[in-house]
Amino acid sequence: MNMNFLLLLLDGLKGTVILSLLTFLVGGTAGFIVALSRLSPFAPLRIAAQLWTQVVQGIPLLVIMGIVYFGPAIYGIFAVPPLIAATIAMAIWASAYLGEIWYGCLRSVNKPQWEAAECLGLTRWQRMSRVILPQALRLAIPPTVGFMVIIVKNTSISSLVVGYAELSYNAKVINNSSFEPFLYFGLAGLFYFLVCYPLSVQARALERKLNVANR
Amino acid sequence: MSPIVEMRELRKSFGAVDVLKGVTFDVERGQVAAIIGQSGSGKSTALRCIDHLEKINGGELTVCGHALHTDKPDLAALRKDVGIVFQGYNLFPHLTVGQNITMAPKLVHRRSRKEADEIGREMIAKVGLADRWDYYPEQLSGGQQQRVAIARSLAMQPKLMLFDEVTSALDPKLTGEVLRVMEKLASEGMTMILVTHEMQFARNVADKVIYMRDGRVHEMGGPEILSQPSTPELADFVNEEF
Amino acid sequence: MAPGDGAGRHTEERVNYTFDFGAILQHSDLLLDGAWTTLVLAFWATISGFLMGTLCAVGATSGPRWLRAILIGYVEVARNTPLLIQSYFLIFGLASAGVRLPIMVGAVIALVVNVTAYTAEVMRAGIESVRKGQLEAAECLGLSRFQIFMNIILRPAMERVYPSLASLFVLLMLGSSVLSAVGVEELFGTSNRVQSLTYRNFETFIVLGGFYLALTVLMRFVFWALGLVLFPRQRKLGTAL
Repeated sequence: MNMNFLLLLLDGLKGTVILSLLTFLVGGTAGFIVALSRLSPFAPLRIAAQLWTQVVQGIPLLVIMGIVYFGPAIYGIFAVPPLIAATIAMAIWASAYLGEIWYGCLRSVNKPQWEAAECLGLTRWQRMSRVILPQALRLAIPPTVGFMVIIVKNTSISSLVVGYAELSYNAKVINNSSFEPFLYFGLAGLFYFLVCYPLSVQARALERKLNVANR
Repeated sequence: MSPIVEMRELRKSFGAVDVLKGVTFDVERGQVAAIIGQSGSGKSTALRCIDHLEKINGGELTVCGHALHTDKPDLAALRKDVGIVFQGYNLFPHLTVGQNITMAPKLVHRRSRKEADEIGREMIAKVGLADRWDYYPEQLSGGQQQRVAIARSLAMQPKLMLFDEVTSALDPKLTGEVLRVMEKLASEGMTMILVTHEMQFARNVADKVIYMRDGRVHEMGGPEILSQPSTPELADFVNEEF
Repeated sequence: MAPGDGAGRHTEERVNYTFDFGAILQHSDLLLDGAWTTLVLAFWATISGFLMGTLCAVGATSGPRWLRAILIGYVEVARNTPLLIQSYFLIFGLASAGVRLPIMVGAVIALVVNVTAYTAEVMRAGIESVRKGQLEAAECLGLSRFQIFMNIILRPAMERVYPSLASLFVLLMLGSSVLSAVGVEELFGTSNRVQSLTYRNFETFIVLGGFYLALTVLMRFVFWALGLVLFPRQRKLGTAL
């Protein structure tokens, strides 16, 4: 095994982690807005959020990558930095899924809680921030951690159209000169596994804890 | 004719806990036997052994001529002869009432759809729910579900019916409707063994009352032992239950 | 272009960009071919993934200890690594070992390895949701182990997890787009040719998005209709099992 190749893989892993964190941050913010919009009293906003969710969930991330990467060209902006294009594309994609997950959590806070809060004369915003959100947060943590696994895995797709140098990209580059696919793709897989598996375990443990608490 | 159930010194333990410590009783053809006792006395375990839902650890047990204390009891034959109804109904939620009842006759007895339907319709009428044939279990009350469960067992035309605390999950009104079905079965001559807390029912319907205590038969006799118990323990138990 | 370099450079102001979808749609036969390939891939991967995933779920819930360990290990590895890496590993790996498979076969294998693991996890949850009392009741009615599995375990388990399975298989179809990276000429793979024929990258991706959206709607409709046929209880009562 070549030491330089190993370092290159580790460098790719760094890229994967950076892109994952950025996606979670930006996509999470957007997803939160999507979730809240779906509960809005203003119908057009609700419908827009619903449409956004359905359309984005009906298109592969790879296509979103292409649209984001080549879209700015119509304004004469070529060569968008890969990290920025990848982050925007992944944030769009994640916003639809996280929005859906969180909308479900907000909805599943018991109806009596909504009504009780209303009867106390709290404003809509107070109801949301003081009563509903704290309870929904508890429900949201396990599936959110679970989705982080999917984010990490899907960063691999940014190696394709956008060409962002993360783990899969570097593994491919290495394979092109080493011709040892089992070794280097195996190692890359191992690195993904080392990041994702603890998150998966954590998500399951949190889920179990929540189920016990709710019984 | 030999008894339908012959239980001799039956032993059963779960891990280190001895639940049955040598239980002996017989049930004759056409008899209704009621097993009573505190929770933890082993009464449900004894009943479950009769349908081999629990593997026995010692003693002898013969049910409808099938010896269950051998290495490889013929379970397929046993289950054709014995029906059981559970406390939790255990109807299959994805099937209609009719499908619940006709599934086993079709799959196990290899009856045609028409034959199975005929038997099923007869049994559902017997429990008074003929108009619920196409309903799903979740659309029925607990008492109705339990009556369907009885019909489901009857459709296999068993020689012996076991009832494991079948009314414990029901309120008094629903309990009544299930007990009436069981009473009717008894009057038709069905051999029945029931684990129950319904003392009134045991006194009126049972031919034999078996009082279990701490993994053993503590007192056994006709229904009159409920009025004139000969052991102080049964006297106490009867006082608490009535 | 080397990855990671290059800030956004305004090489040319073209604010008055004129969209030209006509150029793309001239090649709609290419795209339709690709969409068909994607559907074929998704179809075979769904069927075999469902069957094998169900078998894995059975093995992982009631198999001998060693089999359980192997299956759980496989499910964890497949679920915690990306499909892209799995495809590279399998397809480039097998090629380097001298195994030459038709590309479609390799693609289906890669997809099945991936989706089987997810199906197994979903089906396992469904199987474990069947209560013990149900099995006892069936056993006491004299049903054989196989009859119990088919009628009392599998059917309600499937009814319970059907929505999850359906979205899983839609995601599989969308995810199959990464197989273009190993040379499969599925819907996304055809985009390279359309781009090089038209030089209209942006429009190509918009049209691709529309195609995928249509495939998603189609698959969801098929699953919905299939659900109506498979689960009469659901159809009649409209409640979750």
